Amino acid sequence: MALPSYTETRYRIWHYIYIAICTFVFFFLIAPLFVIFPLSFNAEEFLVFSEGMKNLDPDAFSLRWYKDMIYGTKNPWGLAAKNSFIIAIFATIGSIILGTLAALGLSSRHMPYKGIIMATLISPMIVPLIISGVAIFFFMAKVGLAATHTGIVLAHIILGTPFVVITVTATLSGFDHSVTRAAASLGSNPVNTFMKITLPLILPGVISGGLFAFVTSFDEVVVVLFLAGLENTTIPIQMWTGLREQLSPTILAVATCLIILSTLILISAELLRRRSERLRGINR
Amino acid sequence: MSSETKKILTTDGIPLEVSLKKAEKKNKIKAFLLVAPLLLFLIITYVFPIGEMFSRSIDDKMITNMLPKTFKEMEKWDGKELPPEEVFTAFYYDFKVLVEKQEHGKLGQRLNKEKNGFNSITKKLFRQVKRKKIDESVSIKEQIMKVHKRWRTVEYWQAIKRTAPPYTMAKYLKGMDMYYAADGSITQVEEDRRIHRILWLRTLEIAFFVTLFCFLMGYPIAHLLATLPMKYSNLLMICVLLPFWTSLLVRTASWMILLQQQGVVNDFFVMIGLVADDNRPEMMYNKVGTYVAMTQILLPFMVLPLYSVMKTISPSLMRAGKSLGGTPFVAFWKVYFPLTIPGIGAGCLLVFILAIGYYITPALVGGASGTLISNQIAFHMKQTLDWSFASAMGLMLLSGVLVIYWIYNKLVGVDNIKLG
Repeated sequence: MALPSYTETRYRIWHYIYIAICTFVFFFLIAPLFVIFPLSFNAEEFLVFSEGMKNLDPDAFSLRWYKDMIYGTKNPWGLAAKNSFIIAIFATIGSIILGTLAALGLSSRHMPYKGIIMATLISPMIVPLIISGVAIFFFMAKVGLAATHTGIVLAHIILGTPFVVITVTATLSGFDHSVTRAAASLGSNPVNTFMKITLPLILPGVISGGLFAFVTSFDEVVVVLFLAGLENTTIPIQMWTGLREQLSPTILAVATCLIILSTLILISAELLRRRSERLRGINR
Repeated sequence: MSSETKKILTTDGIPLEVSLKKAEKKNKIKAFLLVAPLLLFLIITYVFPIGEMFSRSIDDKMITNMLPKTFKEMEKWDGKELPPEEVFTAFYYDFKVLVEKQEHGKLGQRLNKEKNGFNSITKKLFRQVKRKKIDESVSIKEQIMKVHKRWRTVEYWQAIKRTAPPYTMAKYLKGMDMYYAADGSITQVEEDRRIHRILWLRTLEIAFFVTLFCFLMGYPIAHLLATLPMKYSNLLMICVLLPFWTSLLVRTASWMILLQQQGVVNDFFVMIGLVADDNRPEMMYNKVGTYVAMTQILLPFMVLPLYSVMKTISPSLMRAGKSLGGTPFVAFWKVYFPLTIPGIGAGCLLVFILAIGYYITPALVGGASGTLISNQIAFHMKQTLDWSFASAMGLMLLSGVLVIYWIYNKLVGVDNIKLG
């Protein structure tokens, strides 16, 4: 942002202060993530930068914590990763199906009690997780689903659907309903219309809602803490126990992998958002 | 002309109005059927269980079921002096049943919560009943009164009478550091034992300041992102979105590494000579850690709504303000800032709602002085197993959040929440 040449000195100074503040905030946001990378390659067992690392001595770096993550004895990470992926994938599928259907209904102008129903459907996102955790635990314990994968998947569907509802409703807000009427007038049945016309158009919204649901489930720890037994341990649970008990560099190796995963998800979400805006003809 | 007043008919002879209404109703049902699966699912697995938390939090039926005869007799007792013979007799027979079922211990514990000293005297009474020392043919009142002097004290019988209703607000009072005194009035606990009130205030304080910090840091960068040309702002947006998509535990872990005593932040302070090497300040396991980590974690939730509002403000407005003679400061304050207020409201309410129920980060970096009400709820769920108290605290927190949610819904509308 270049300043015009006629700018007075005090505004010039203020402008540089403003740039400095913004730089600091961006640094504050992103820098903490980059501390994890170098430390996960630490050859030593401590979570501080050793003298060797500060001098960029190659011997101070190693892959031992990554090896420990994959091959370590009594290694919890393999099981945790497997569970996390299974739970997140099923929770995402469930959230997408229930959330998309509900969003389709909510975007219809005939929908009665729209406000209150929308508020109810979004509430799991707003209610503090600890309260959701307690409530869902009471329910799952009563129906005998505590400490099962099914129970955790259902819990994560509860937490994931609001995101799908929000993103799909947003996509549908720019949706031209005359195309579905055109399809119907040409003799297409509702299911066919949905599969051939509506779904391809709202797909970016569905997928980006699904990504939110996936991340929510993959990252969720509070509700799982109440629900999980020993066999249902997930990556967040393992990290939580690790961070509470012994902060080992293996956690940082896992964290690095998670940052790479979230970068990939961020890129796909951004690409989808742009595609969706293009499809809906929003130019910015 | 009569043809104008005649009703318009459809081809099957039904009036058009009726036919349209029918179609409208059909559409309504169709729309509702699409929402129904999710709505039903949420009501069964989520809304009802929250309601169950409420009934659990006020439930006091256990003791009502333990002493049915006693409470029936006690209805006739005015509660001023020692109860009559009938109450003692009824209590004795109730107690005998409990001894057979080996539930007298539970009764002692429950009554002990009402008034200290019940545990030992129920044990004493238990031994007498067990050894069949109580003669049922003569006055039972006299014999029970001989077991311990507390059985002769009217306050203890009043305490039993207080437990008669199947519902109690005691857990809610406990959450506000109050309790039912001997005469049934609501009393505050002693000054030095008011732990919950401290927690509530601290939760509000931390949520308020985290929201304030997020606003102060988020406003400038949202403004920068909204005014920069697209190709730069897209790049900078990654700085906001990457933390947003990164696991909460990863971000908390990085703050634990940064803030520890031998950590990078302390290293930096020593390097620039701010603190001595042997006197590194404790920045984790206290409020500082909670503030810093929570502000960074919640900042994207402030920036994104602000950004989406600022994006819609035309830059020509500021130029117009300046060309009409306003200094840049005046133009900003009188033109730009008022237009961003919807974004400020949305961002602040969202961050406040999220901050007030935060659990993970305070538990990991907060230590004893940085924990919030959520941590207390988890503690009672997992450690003390006082689930009814945890439910009561949870619902008190929830009612606060719902009020803010309601305001948010009025001001912003839940369907206007923007993600990413």
